[in-house]
Amino acid sequence: MNSAKERLVNGIVKENPTFVLMLGMCPTLAVTTSAINGLGMGLTTMVVLALSNVFISLLRNIIPDKVRIPAFIVIIASFVTMVELLLQGFIPFLYDALGIYIPLIVVNCIILGRAEAYAYKNPVIPSLFDGIGMGLGFSVALTCIGAVRELLGAGEIFGVHIMPESYVPVSIFIMAPGAFFVLAALTAIQNKVKIAGERKGKDMSKIQSGCNSDCMNCSDSGCTRRLYDEKAGEGDKK
Amino acid sequence: MNDLMKVSSNPHVRSKSTTASIMLTVVIALLPAAGFGIYNFGPKALLLILVTVASTVFTEFAFEKICKRKITIGDYSAVVTGLLLALNLPVSAPWWIGVVGGVFAILVVKMLFGGLGQNFMNPALGARCFLLISFTSIMTNFDCDAYTGATPLANLKSGEAVNILDMVIGRTAGTIGETSMIAIVVGACILILFGIIDLRIPGTYIVTLAIFVSIFGAHGMNWPYISAHLSGGGLMLGAFFMATDYVTRPITKRGQYLFGALLGILTGIFRIFGPSAEGVSYAIIIGNLLVPLIEKITLPKAFGKGGEKA
Repeated sequence: MNSAKERLVNGIVKENPTFVLMLGMCPTLAVTTSAINGLGMGLTTMVVLALSNVFISLLRNIIPDKVRIPAFIVIIASFVTMVELLLQGFIPFLYDALGIYIPLIVVNCIILGRAEAYAYKNPVIPSLFDGIGMGLGFSVALTCIGAVRELLGAGEIFGVHIMPESYVPVSIFIMAPGAFFVLAALTAIQNKVKIAGERKGKDMSKIQSGCNSDCMNCSDSGCTRRLYDEKAGEGDKK
Repeated sequence: MNDLMKVSSNPHVRSKSTTASIMLTVVIALLPAAGFGIYNFGPKALLLILVTVASTVFTEFAFEKICKRKITIGDYSAVVTGLLLALNLPVSAPWWIGVVGGVFAILVVKMLFGGLGQNFMNPALGARCFLLISFTSIMTNFDCDAYTGATPLANLKSGEAVNILDMVIGRTAGTIGETSMIAIVVGACILILFGIIDLRIPGTYIVTLAIFVSIFGAHGMNWPYISAHLSGGGLMLGAFFMATDYVTRPITKRGQYLFGALLGILTGIFRIFGPSAEGVSYAIIIGNLLVPLIEKITLPKAFGKGGEKA
């Protein structure tokens, strides 16, 4: 199972789809208004990614080269539809929070990219772990961005109040510009750590992002959303 | 032998002005507006100005120290940014607003893009818009000891009468430095006399806004209405001190006229058709973003190129 482990590390650290490959920017920037939204989006994408990788890898000798992209899209779209209906049925609050971005997973370039670059050329088991690794990397990245944005923009992480009472939320961080600020800052920090590590000759593949996703004990993701709507409605009343 | 000519390579035309001397002139030109703000709003305005300026200067120093770059706080550009930002804050804002704004202006808008000369957007205005979006209620609260209630522009928008004389002198609610048209124009005269700025951008800006307001303002050529628009809000401060920022304005002459006209139209649209009463800062920022395009289309032909074909 060496290749499986290598695939996981590759997906989470070396070729992290968000911080290194800069793929799938649309959901990254749009849904990370809170940590729970980011985690939900990441895990949803991971499920689709793993399943579609497996099926594309299984069918790689049957799909003709000329029509492979439409074939990929059909496979991916089927899984996305399944996941969407499951979410709607069982986790409606996440379904409401992610909204249009669930069907848009179909056109997420990470999924099509991994299908084209990896699953179409490799056997089933490595493809599965490639999908899981990439999906985990995406989840970790989205959760980190979501956590930072939620912390600065609402003073909370996963809906749990962290900041002291006197903290005034910087609401720009849960609006669109905040996504760019946080993504850029986190990418810069990660590059800094990586480059410094490479200079010292350390193996940086073991260092993972500092965010552990172990604090999922609050389901009230609606609070940041309400805050966002309030602030957005106020406008510049000068 | 005295007839010997000195031979040297270009540039042959030299000027004694340096970044520091220009920036210092701008600081001096801003002092009337700052002074009137302090007189008008009390010592809290002075405190806010000092905190903001300290924040910008310290951020620039710390960033350059940490990144081991040349320390450039001696060119006073950070002081100008801090002063402009402070003049754009309401006096009721808590002190940390100045600190956050100062850090954002220098760190994000200026330093991360390469420092003075590389920033694509006026740092003070970038920070003001950042604060305005983040802390809307604080940044639009103009209540203070001297004045309560809305700014003249907000009154104007809701159709109430405004006192033009008060607006020209500056006895109104507003940010620290924007209220007094007289103080700002005194500062602008200093800049023009010392040749720091010319009237191309501010002139076109103000004239365009006046025309736009008289056409679309639903008051026709109503002189009090137009002059209220011209003396209200941040127009004078923006037109003379921020739109003319060397780094973020077009360098071509035709481009500067175009830039001024664009700002006038944008400000007019924001003020008359937008939900808020004021639009100068957003107009100038959007104008800043369009500067590369403006320069591209207004680039003069090189000598000897083009012209009529024989």
